[in-house]
Amino acid sequence: MRSLPAIGLFALAALPLPWLTGSGTVLNLATMVLLFATLGQAWNLLGGMAGQFSFGHAAFFGTGAYATAIAQIRFGLDAWSGFAVAILAAVAMGALVGFASFRFRLRGSYFALVTLAFAEVARILANSLEITGAGVGLLLPLAPGLDRLQFADKAGYYWFALVICAGGLVLASLVRESRLGARLAAVRENEEAARALGVDAFAVKMQAILLSAGLAGAAGAFYTQLFLYLDPHIAFGPQVSVEALLGPIVGGTASLWGPVLGAAVLQLLGEASRALTGGATGANLVAYGIVLVLIVRFFPDGIIGMGRARTADARGVTG
Amino acid sequence: MLEPSILAASLIHGLANGAVYALVALGLSLVYGVLHIINFAHGALLMAALYAVYFLVERVGLDPYAAIPVLVPAAGSVGYLLHRYVVAKASRGREEAVLLVTLGVALVLENLALALFRSDTRTIETGWAFEMVAVGPALLPAAKLAAAAGALVAVLALWAVVRATDLGRAIRAVAKEREAARLVGIDVDHVFALAFAIGTATLGAAACLLLPTYYVSPQVGHGFVLVAFTIVVLGGMGSFWGAFWGGLLIGVVESLGGLFLGESLGQIGIFAIFIATLLLRPTGLFGRAV
Repeated sequence: MRSLPAIGLFALAALPLPWLTGSGTVLNLATMVLLFATLGQAWNLLGGMAGQFSFGHAAFFGTGAYATAIAQIRFGLDAWSGFAVAILAAVAMGALVGFASFRFRLRGSYFALVTLAFAEVARILANSLEITGAGVGLLLPLAPGLDRLQFADKAGYYWFALVICAGGLVLASLVRESRLGARLAAVRENEEAARALGVDAFAVKMQAILLSAGLAGAAGAFYTQLFLYLDPHIAFGPQVSVEALLGPIVGGTASLWGPVLGAAVLQLLGEASRALTGGATGANLVAYGIVLVLIVRFFPDGIIGMGRARTADARGVTG
Repeated sequence: MLEPSILAASLIHGLANGAVYALVALGLSLVYGVLHIINFAHGALLMAALYAVYFLVERVGLDPYAAIPVLVPAAGSVGYLLHRYVVAKASRGREEAVLLVTLGVALVLENLALALFRSDTRTIETGWAFEMVAVGPALLPAAKLAAAAGALVAVLALWAVVRATDLGRAIRAVAKEREAARLVGIDVDHVFALAFAIGTATLGAAACLLLPTYYVSPQVGHGFVLVAFTIVVLGGMGSFWGAFWGGLLIGVVESLGGLFLGESLGQIGIFAIFIATLLLRPTGLFGRAV
């Protein structure tokens, strides 16, 4: 509960932004920061806290995004139920991926590769199946209203994103300060030692991936509500998985605020690089790649850990 | 039911593709076998090599096959420098850091290509591109056959380097016991970078062989990178012949998958194999070090 006042303060400070700026660009940018902060927070529950680096969080994001769209379009559910369905579907996907990989004790690079493969399978399926609209994608009818989780103005979406992001922060802080958090840290630092101390590493990692997938699914469902359009590449493409891990890595995986800070820095950097290159496609991702290499090289604990970079340096030397 | 001749033709097509896949995967496998790192930038480096061939053919007027002696050393040098001054420096041997650094390199290369060349798909024009050769029941483009043959030669050459040269012995020594190798006077960092260089040099050769029947676009590496990972995992990470047979097998699976399930869904077969191998037999079918 120690972080709750800070989260409340953050939400309170972020709340009045739509009244302070009339600029749609600023509000769009802030909404994207909150979206990717949520996705990054989801990744960090598994990658940062449990030390299991997923390269396929698109599988969960995309499942959530498609689940609510399908629930609304094909089954006529309302958007709120769709949102709940999205989270459940993403959790189910998390259970599948987690059970498969943790049961067989995949770690490190192997875990990264298998998550990547699951996301690709999901992308191919979404590209082939009728229910997902195949390559054409899905289009939700425009119908603003709180009951449909659609908003006529950008401010509505901004606050919606703020609620989800704050929810993610609360979830992460609860995990962090619970016994689960301690067990995750034990597994991350030394799985054998954790097992020897009686930690059920499989169960602990499963809990982490279920929470992580659910939160990523919520981010995906928000995406659907915001853009009202989905295709296999948008939902399950490798760029989603990359965005999910970049924020926490750049911001710092050890802190609750790392994913938020990372998302903010990356979105601003993306805007700046687009502006500098006159809107060249891919310019933002070139910048992301460079930042990623530099961060791993010089600040393995991310921006938040910059002060502690020296000690981390000493720890990092293994070869 | 399908006619046996169609099935056989599909098999032969698959084997021809598989030979090139094997070559691409061998580079990845060698790097894994020696450095125990997964090079996420492998696909992006192949993409860069394909662009290099494209411009050598279109701007300099070189024949794609004549580009091999230019591109192999060039790609190797890039690989050496990339490992020595970026990957090794940034990762300091930590597994996750290597994944992230090579991912960063892939992001930079791919999106630089996207910014410079747009997402257009480019192909080269060759006089003999449409010549077909009958191989049993299959009609293969001559260039595809040349690619398969070239890939086999490259695989054998690579095998000879690893088996019979001092460099190969040093590489195997470092792969087995890096501290002992250091003690007997092998410059381990240099050998690491050389192994990485050989891995990228194979991509130079693969790009020259591939382009006449293929295309290049900024995202072209994506398709290859997962196929190559699948092959490497299937064959056993670091296993030389494992990667070779795995490549042929995956070529066939892709071809048959396309035949039975259609282009788009057909790729599922490859990923199904990938996931099943990772889960059930992470040491692969031929799990043994280089």
